[in-house]
Amino acid sequence: MATVSLEKLVKRYGALEVVHGIDLEVADREFIALVGPSGCGKSTTLRMIAGLEPVSGGNLKIGGRIVNDLPPRARNLAMVFQSYALYPHMTVRENMGFSLKIAGQKPEEIAPQVEEAAKTLDLTHLLDRRPSQLSGGQRQRVAMGRAIVRNPDVFLFDEPLSNLDAKLRTQMRVEIKKLHAKVQSTVIYVTHDQVEAMTLADRIVIMRDGYIEQVGTPEDVFQRPQSKFVAGFIGSPPMNLKDAEVVDGQLVFTNGDRLPLPARFKDRVTAGQKVTFGLRPDDLYPAGHGIHSGEDADVHKQDLRVILTEPLGNETLVFSDFAGAEWVGRMLNPRRLSPGETLPFCFDLSQAHLFDRESGRTLRG
Amino acid sequence: MKGWRPPAPFLLLLPAILVLAAVVIIPLILSLYSSFTPFRLTQPASLFTLIGFRNYVRILTDIEFWTAFGRTVLLLTVALNVEMLLGLGLAMLVEKATRGQRLLRTIMMFPMMFSPILVGFQFKFIFNDNIGLVNNALQSLGLTDQAIPWLIDGSLAFFAILVAEIWSSTSVFAILILAGLLAMPKEPIEAARVDGCTPWQTFRYVTWPFIMPFAYIAMTIRSLDVARAYDIVKIMTDGGPAKRTELLWTLVSRTAYADARMGLANAMAYVAILLSILFTVYFYRKLAAARTQIAAEW
Repeated sequence: MATVSLEKLVKRYGALEVVHGIDLEVADREFIALVGPSGCGKSTTLRMIAGLEPVSGGNLKIGGRIVNDLPPRARNLAMVFQSYALYPHMTVRENMGFSLKIAGQKPEEIAPQVEEAAKTLDLTHLLDRRPSQLSGGQRQRVAMGRAIVRNPDVFLFDEPLSNLDAKLRTQMRVEIKKLHAKVQSTVIYVTHDQVEAMTLADRIVIMRDGYIEQVGTPEDVFQRPQSKFVAGFIGSPPMNLKDAEVVDGQLVFTNGDRLPLPARFKDRVTAGQKVTFGLRPDDLYPAGHGIHSGEDADVHKQDLRVILTEPLGNETLVFSDFAGAEWVGRMLNPRRLSPGETLPFCFDLSQAHLFDRESGRTLRG
Repeated sequence: MKGWRPPAPFLLLLPAILVLAAVVIIPLILSLYSSFTPFRLTQPASLFTLIGFRNYVRILTDIEFWTAFGRTVLLLTVALNVEMLLGLGLAMLVEKATRGQRLLRTIMMFPMMFSPILVGFQFKFIFNDNIGLVNNALQSLGLTDQAIPWLIDGSLAFFAILVAEIWSSTSVFAILILAGLLAMPKEPIEAARVDGCTPWQTFRYVTWPFIMPFAYIAMTIRSLDVARAYDIVKIMTDGGPAKRTELLWTLVSRTAYADARMGLANAMAYVAILLSILFTVYFYRKLAAARTQIAAEW
């Protein structure tokens, strides 16, 4: 069990800096997810924590101790790799017991620990197989078993579910959550899948181009995105983000279409300010087919023309035409819509976001 | 009149069968046959006298043959092991090179590009007791004031041959092991490092099992090579001094061409081939086992 601190952590490859002095405090037993698009530095950061990449600047502390120059074996971590990274020439039993053997434990001490972990992960019947005889999901469980057996201070996961099919991924996600509840270790989990991050993590770290954009609980990053990037990255389908200008207490879009300025932002903008307006699909729905969470007065009604629909069964995604652009909305209890149809839509402005267009930062207090 | 026509598959294979027969099967049968005769090149008629297994009995009870046989096995064992270690070291160094790896790989193969005869001449010169580089260097460095008779003393000559053999062929191991290292996935190594392995343990438990099949391929190739070692020895010592470096094939060729006893030489050759087959089978089995272990898909 341990805390992990990143202090002004920098990673450079030659002259190219890919992680720009990031700060992060991971509490003991916390489950932290690092998310971001590819190339944002999340895996590099994880590999620095693991000791697989040297730290170029700043400090990395595990359990309060600076570990910058310690080799991986001196950090007492366990890592689960995207490609599983099992030892192909060893059986499942040997794979799981390997770190204990290296640590100098006797076979009779290793056996019960491996059995125990195998039981947790439902691997008992596979213990004598080789990795090549296992399915993807089973291999991933072995990789996790190998990590559990070590009883490490910190678990590191590097996109562990990316190689699995959708169904198995959902299943393994639940297993990882159960596992964390059981072993109560600090976990740092890298993924590009926001659903994994949202469902698993206590706090989410959103990274972009080697910087941390926002750190917060899943509710925080979803409901109170600090920047346009976070707003667009978290949530599926992504938030509608459209450029507008503040004129006469209204939002005027590039083609002249207008929306009332959400009450929350009245005192936070100045006339003529260039902003980006953000509204989640959940807050844009055909009248009678959605729920608004604020005052009735905050709901703005407007007729929009439907361009396209994507029926998902329990709901339908409706793409409509407004302000010279395409907006996606979510229709609950859907009825059949045909493209070209015009119908009244509700904008739940109590849930709207405004960002400064220049800096991309939120205008919320 | 309709004649008998051979079936089409047979007709189609006939050219291949004829060529094979002419270049492989007939010489093979002929040499096997002649090993049961007292055939001498100087007495062609002797080819038609059958003497049963007398040639075989003679060589199997001949201390000279067994000495050459044993020396060949010794050369093979020592050369293969040393080449393996050096090749492994070279491959691991080259794999670490971040720049100029292609160039290093090419340079590494230079020794293989020389004809063994030339390698023999070169090392004969290097180990020459009067004008050789080795003695010159040893004396200049003050390590000895005598001319060491490298190619004249029996065991030193064997050592000199060994050096030449190793110099010329270590790259076979280096190239194949390097191929293995480059083909190896990096994640298991990283996993091992996180699992607490020291660099040595990572090599011992993860890298080595993975490159073992590649080492065995090199072993198989080189065991065939060394078991028929001839040219380097022929040039450097010609089996001498006093047959102290006689190997199987120098003995076979001496018997066949100097002594003109072709029948006896053929019998020796068949026993020598047996040795090669044994080594090949041995290493091939090892290779198969190692491949299964790492679940190789090739």
